[in-house]
Amino acid sequence: MGIEEKLPSGVLLTTVEGLAGYARKNSLWPATFGLACCAIEMMASGAGRYDLARFGMEVFRASPRQADLMIVAGRVSQKMAPIVRQIYDQMAAPKWVLAMGACSSSGGMFNNYAIIQGVDHIVPVDIYLPGCPPRPEMLIDALLKLHDQISETKLGTNRKRQLEDLENAALIATPTIDQVGLMR
Amino acid sequence: MTDTYAASYDTTEGRVFTVMGQDWDTITGNAAGETERIVVNMGPQHPSTHGVLRLILEIEGETVTEARCGIGYLHTGIEKNMEYRHWTQGVTFVTRMDYLSPFFNETAYCLGVEKLLGITDQIPERANVIRVMMMELNRVSSHLVALATGGMELGALTAMIFGFRERESVLDLFELVTGLRMNSAYIRPGGVAQDLPAGAEEKIRETIKALPRRFKDTADMLVGNSIWMGRTSGVGILDLAGCMALGATGPILRATGLPADLRKSDPYCGYENYEFDVITKDTSDAYGRFLIRLEEMEQSLNIVDQCLDRLAPGPVMVEDKKIAWPAQLSIGSDGQGNSLDHIRHIMGESMEALIHHFKLVTEGFNVPAGQAYVAVESPRGELGVHVVSDGGTRPYRVHYRDPSFTNLQATAAMCEGSQIADVIAAVASIDPVMGGVDR
Amino acid sequence: MNDDVVKAGLPLLQVTTVREGMFGASGSGDTSGFGGLVSVVPVPVASAQPFGNYFDEIYAELVAALPLFKSSAEKAFDKIVVAHDEMTIYVHPTELLAVARTLRDEPGLRFELCLGVSGVHYPNQTGAELHAVYHFRSITHNRRVRLEVVAADSHPHIPSIVSIYPTNDWHERETFDFFGIIFDGHPHLTRIQMPDDWQGHPQRKDYPLGGIPVEYKGATVPAPDERRSYN
Repeated sequence: MGIEEKLPSGVLLTTVEGLAGYARKNSLWPATFGLACCAIEMMASGAGRYDLARFGMEVFRASPRQADLMIVAGRVSQKMAPIVRQIYDQMAAPKWVLAMGACSSSGGMFNNYAIIQGVDHIVPVDIYLPGCPPRPEMLIDALLKLHDQISETKLGTNRKRQLEDLENAALIATPTIDQVGLMR
Repeated sequence: MTDTYAASYDTTEGRVFTVMGQDWDTITGNAAGETERIVVNMGPQHPSTHGVLRLILEIEGETVTEARCGIGYLHTGIEKNMEYRHWTQGVTFVTRMDYLSPFFNETAYCLGVEKLLGITDQIPERANVIRVMMMELNRVSSHLVALATGGMELGALTAMIFGFRERESVLDLFELVTGLRMNSAYIRPGGVAQDLPAGAEEKIRETIKALPRRFKDTADMLVGNSIWMGRTSGVGILDLAGCMALGATGPILRATGLPADLRKSDPYCGYENYEFDVITKDTSDAYGRFLIRLEEMEQSLNIVDQCLDRLAPGPVMVEDKKIAWPAQLSIGSDGQGNSLDHIRHIMGESMEALIHHFKLVTEGFNVPAGQAYVAVESPRGELGVHVVSDGGTRPYRVHYRDPSFTNLQATAAMCEGSQIADVIAAVASIDPVMGGVDR
Repeated sequence: MNDDVVKAGLPLLQVTTVREGMFGASGSGDTSGFGGLVSVVPVPVASAQPFGNYFDEIYAELVAALPLFKSSAEKAFDKIVVAHDEMTIYVHPTELLAVARTLRDEPGLRFELCLGVSGVHYPNQTGAELHAVYHFRSITHNRRVRLEVVAADSHPHIPSIVSIYPTNDWHERETFDFFGIIFDGHPHLTRIQMPDDWQGHPQRKDYPLGGIPVEYKGATVPAPDERRSYN
C-alpha cells in the first residue's frame, strides 16, 4: 500500500497505526447494498432517530469505489451472488464487510435452492450481525465493534504478525459443533 | 459457437463490435448506415432503483427508446419452502415477501387458510378489528417509505428524513403490539397471535393524533413545489386502458380516476363497517400517485380511529382449540418463553390443553383439500393468494399474486420515449418492493 | 400409488395426491406402523347446476357466447367446480383462447383483469400433472372466476393468453421458470426469476428443496425436506 506499510516496527509505526485506525474508523463510508428487509432497517438507522451521521456514516456511497464498508443487508440469492462479488472486488482496500441479518450471515430461515447460505461463501466477512431484521441499535452496536476492530488493526510487519496470530487462534479454537451443551 | 471476443461478428440483431478502449477508430468507419444503440444497465446495485431491480435501457442520447426490467435478484424460494412447513409456520415465511407491508401478506394468507378451513365466520370480532387496525397502520408506514425513498431517488433528501421519522412512530406501535418492528408473524390462521397489551389503545390514539401534523411537513415541502412537480407531473403516464391491459392495480389504477379498491368492492375482515373514502386523481401520472399516497395515509388514520372505537373485550383467536394457536408469550427469567399462566394451565389444569398445544406446535392442524383465492388491498394494489391444500398439515401450493410483480411490467409502457431521469420517477411512483416481486 | 388404490379394492379414480406415511422423512427407525399410512386425496367432484351466487349468470353468458359449450359432444370444458364460494372452470387447452377472449369481451362477463397464472404440479395425476390456474376479476360486475387448464408432463404445452391479457406476460414466464409449462405463442418465454442458465424447474414436486444441514452446538439439523416430521 502506502508508505505506512514500509515503516519499520517501533514507536513510529505504532503511532501511525493509532492515527490510521482512528481516521479510518471515524468516517467509514458504507456502500449502498441493501437487498431486502434488512435494508429498510439500515435506512432507518441512517435516518433521524438512530442517527448514523454521528459516526460519519450517513453518506451511503452509491459507487463502490468510494466506499469502505459493504453492509450486506438482506438475503443473497443465486442470481445476485456474482454481483455481490463484483461490488466487493470494485471496492478499494482497506475494505470491510458486515453481514447484516440472519440471511446474509448464514442463509437465515431460507435453507433452500435459491439463497446463498451465508455471504461468507462469496466475500470475507468481518462482522456477523444476527437478527431478522436486527434493530437499528443492533446495527450500530455491530458497527461500533467493527470500529474497535479497525482502530486496532496494525500496519506493515505488525499486521503480518497480527494476521498470523489470528490464524493460529482460529486453528486451535473449538468448532461450533463441538461446543456441546451451550445455548448461546 | 461464435467467438465472443472477436473484433466483430454478426448476430440476428445486427453487427456487434467489441472494443477494449483506445481502439474506437476501428469501428467508427463502419458505422455508416448503422443506427447507434446504446444499452445501459441500471444494475441491481443502484441507489435509485428501489431495491435490487435491474433496468436495461436502450437509449438514444438522453431519451429511452426501450426499457426492460430484469428481476429475480431477490428470489428466495419462499413458496417452495412453505411446502415443507406447516400452515401456521407459513405465516413467518409469507410475512417476508413484501417486507414493507408484512401484515397484508399475513392477512391474505390467513384469510385463504381460513376460507379452506371454513371458519371465516367464526373469527372473533376483536381479532378482525385488530387485523384491520394493524393493516391500516401498515399502509401508513408503507406509504411513508414510498414517499421517503421516492423523494430520495429524485433528490429530495429531506423527504427521506421526514418519512422515516414518521415511520418510527408507527414502528413503535408495531413493537408495542406485536413485539417486532417489522416482519412479525402476528396474524395467524384463526385470529391474531396475542391480544393488545395494556396501554396500547392510548398509545395508538396519541400517535394517530400526532401524525397528521407531521404529514403536513412533507406535504408543505413537496405538494405544489415546482421542482417536484416538474419531475413528476406528466411523467410515467399510464391511462386506464393501459392499466387494464397490464393488470396494474392500487394507486396506479386509482390515479387514472377509477375508484377501484378491494376494501370497498370485496370487503374482508369487516371493512364494510368502516367509513372511509377511496382517493382517486385523474392525471394518471407520478404526481397523481404521490398525492394519492399522501391522502390515503390520512384515510388510514381515520380507519384506525374507528377501529379503536369498535374494540370490545373478547377473544382474539377462534374458539376451536384444534386450530387456535395456544401459546401466550411473555418474557421469562431466561429472556424467552411462554407465560407462566399458560404453563400452569396446560401442565396442571387441562390435559386437553396440553395435547392441543403439543399437536398444534409439532404437527399443526389439517386443512381440508381444496383451493382458494383471496385478495386484499395492499398499499401497492391487489395482493392475491392462491392456496391449495391436499388435506394435510402442510400447504400443497401457495402462490402469491404480488401487486409489485404485475405493476412493474408497466415500466416499459411508462418509460419508453421519456428521459432517463423520468425512468427513476416512474419506477418510484410504481413503488415496487422487490421482495414481493421476486418472492 | 395407484397400485395400492387398486389393491384396496377402490375404483381407479383420478387422484390429486397420495400422501404416504405419517412421518414425512423415512429411515428414522420408526416402528409404529404409521409410516405405512396412505391417504388418497381424490380430485374435486364436479358441481351440478344451480351453482348459486352469480356463477349461474357467468355460466349462462359463456354458454350463449361460445357454441362449443352447448354441444355435449365437444365440450370446451371438463367440469365446473364450485367450492368455498368460488367457481373453477376446467377448460380444455385448445379452447383456452376462445374462453379468455369471451371472458374479456362479452358485455355480460367483462372480466377486465387477469390476475396471473399460478402453476400447480400434481405428480400423482398421471396424464394431467401440470395445472395452470388463472384468476379473473370483473370490476364492472364485481365478480371473480377461475380457469384451470391441465397439461401432461409428457407434453407440457398450454396456449398463451398474452395476446388477450398482456398482463400475463411475466406471470407465464414465471410459471414456465418454475414448472416447465411451455406457453405457446408467448412472445419471449424465458426464465425470469432464476438465473438464465439454471437447470430444472424449481417448484415442481420432483425438484429438491436444496437446503443444507445446519451445524449448531452439538447437533446437526438436516435440511427441511429431509427432517423427520408429520406429513
